[in-house]
Amino acid sequence: MISDPDVVGLLYLVTIVCFVIALRFLSSPKHARKGNWVGGAGMLVAIATTLLFEGIGNWALIAVGATIGTVVGVVGARNVRMTAMPQMVAIFNGVGGGAAALVALAEWHNEAGPAWDSTTSIVLSALIGSISFAGSIIAFAKLQELLSGRPIVFPGQNVVNILVLLAATGLGMAAVAGVHEQWVLWALVALALLFGVMFVLPIGGADMPVVISLLNAFTGIAASATGFVLDSTVLIVSGMLVGAAGTLLTLLMAKAMNRSIANVLFGAFGQVQAGAGTARADDGRTVRATTPDDVAVQLSFARKVIVVPGYGMAVAQAQHDVRQLADILEGRGVDVRYAIHPVAGRMPGHMNVLLAEANVPYTQLSEMDEINPEFAQTDVALVIGANDVTNPAARSDPGSPIYGMPILDVDKAASIVVLKRSMNPGFAGIDNELYLDSKTTMLFGDAKESILKLISAVKAQ
Amino acid sequence: MTPLPLVIELTILVLAAFLGFEVISKVPTMLHTPLMSGANFIHGIVIVGAIIVLGNANDTFTKIVGFIAMVLATANVVGGWFVTDRMLGMFKRRPEPKKDGP
Repeated sequence: MISDPDVVGLLYLVTIVCFVIALRFLSSPKHARKGNWVGGAGMLVAIATTLLFEGIGNWALIAVGATIGTVVGVVGARNVRMTAMPQMVAIFNGVGGGAAALVALAEWHNEAGPAWDSTTSIVLSALIGSISFAGSIIAFAKLQELLSGRPIVFPGQNVVNILVLLAATGLGMAAVAGVHEQWVLWALVALALLFGVMFVLPIGGADMPVVISLLNAFTGIAASATGFVLDSTVLIVSGMLVGAAGTLLTLLMAKAMNRSIANVLFGAFGQVQAGAGTARADDGRTVRATTPDDVAVQLSFARKVIVVPGYGMAVAQAQHDVRQLADILEGRGVDVRYAIHPVAGRMPGHMNVLLAEANVPYTQLSEMDEINPEFAQTDVALVIGANDVTNPAARSDPGSPIYGMPILDVDKAASIVVLKRSMNPGFAGIDNELYLDSKTTMLFGDAKESILKLISAVKAQ
Repeated sequence: MTPLPLVIELTILVLAAFLGFEVISKVPTMLHTPLMSGANFIHGIVIVGAIIVLGNANDTFTKIVGFIAMVLATANVVGGWFVTDRMLGMFKRRPEPKKDGP
């Protein structure tokens, strides 16, 4: 009775339903947390079912492995700063992909002469899982700034990458055709790891939202392929749900930058162009620097202020201070809103999470399409560490690398204050026309320090 | 489990893809980071594969590979869930309705 395969299948079906409900509940921040609990329950059902009904032994090893994994997971999840969330997501993508590749290696080792369909699944699981693992580690290293966030390029890079991928695919096809040697899959994994490293290296920091989403999709698809290896529907469906999520986010992010995915992956975007980073335009317009006191006056007498946060705010960990400043202004009757560009930060929704951490109610955060018409009625647009997403050249200059990218219409505001570390160009490596606008003033310095100065200056008003 | 015919498995795969697109396209931009970490948690389902491999391992090689897979997959499941929960706990509505100024 109890080992009846139908019962096992039904229990796994419960897991699938729980996962779909978890994703469904994410459509509103009101229920999202409940949804995560439902998903957690589903995972427990799947784990219990596997442990009880799949003829499991080696209990001690399983227990030790699970304990180590749990400690690592809990410590990581508890201590990670919200600003470091992109790294965290990257690393979880990596471990998931790595686990999928390892399961494939074990199956290749254990199955005497797998059929072609089983081999195909093993090959795909090993290939995609390894690419995801290595790519995620590099993405992590870049986001953590262990490696330069700028693109790392060498001549002929794309050609080498394609050759590596072709070689890996060739080995995979040999395996499917019946070459059942251990080294075939090992070599395939080695090449896939190499490819994973090489394809993320040339991708710069601001393109990370696309890459992380893509790696997320890869890991999901690798898990799904593992499902085919083990004939497990719960793996096939859950993996594919993640594959769909990652794919959808990848497309959304690429659209928000008006770039094709191919351009993100092979374009090595964001190399600094010659002549960028000047404080003076060819026609003699210059950047005007301002002081905290002047900005404090502007803000205190404004009716409406829109805060435009970017990666600079995350780097400086300034989100709490930004909220404090906004609270003071609101206390004086100023209408304060936040404008969130879809690719601000280093992963989809990065700014929303940071501001949520700082207790900014989500009702105060506005998406680009919603807030853009409001800039015209805004007294001060306060740009905090955002650059390319505010550059009017995206609208007006067909020669600009970011031409066509949807931007926040910050330049429509009555006045613009830009908090910026220095005149270094943004990620795209180009000058920002906004800084030369006669309505714009610049407050140079670390975002957190500038905001703290602004807070005391506003209080003194 | 009893293996299903390949075509049935592929059918399930394709339907799951459509279901995924349908459900996820309703997630607002605001929740995209929790969506990613929630998706991270869900692909932790490879833990089922890790348990099956390690639980049926008879030789040292498989035990080593299965053990590493077990550690990685558990970290994925546990970390992914906790971080999503922590993040979603931060999304709050405005505490008291003191809407806007003059």
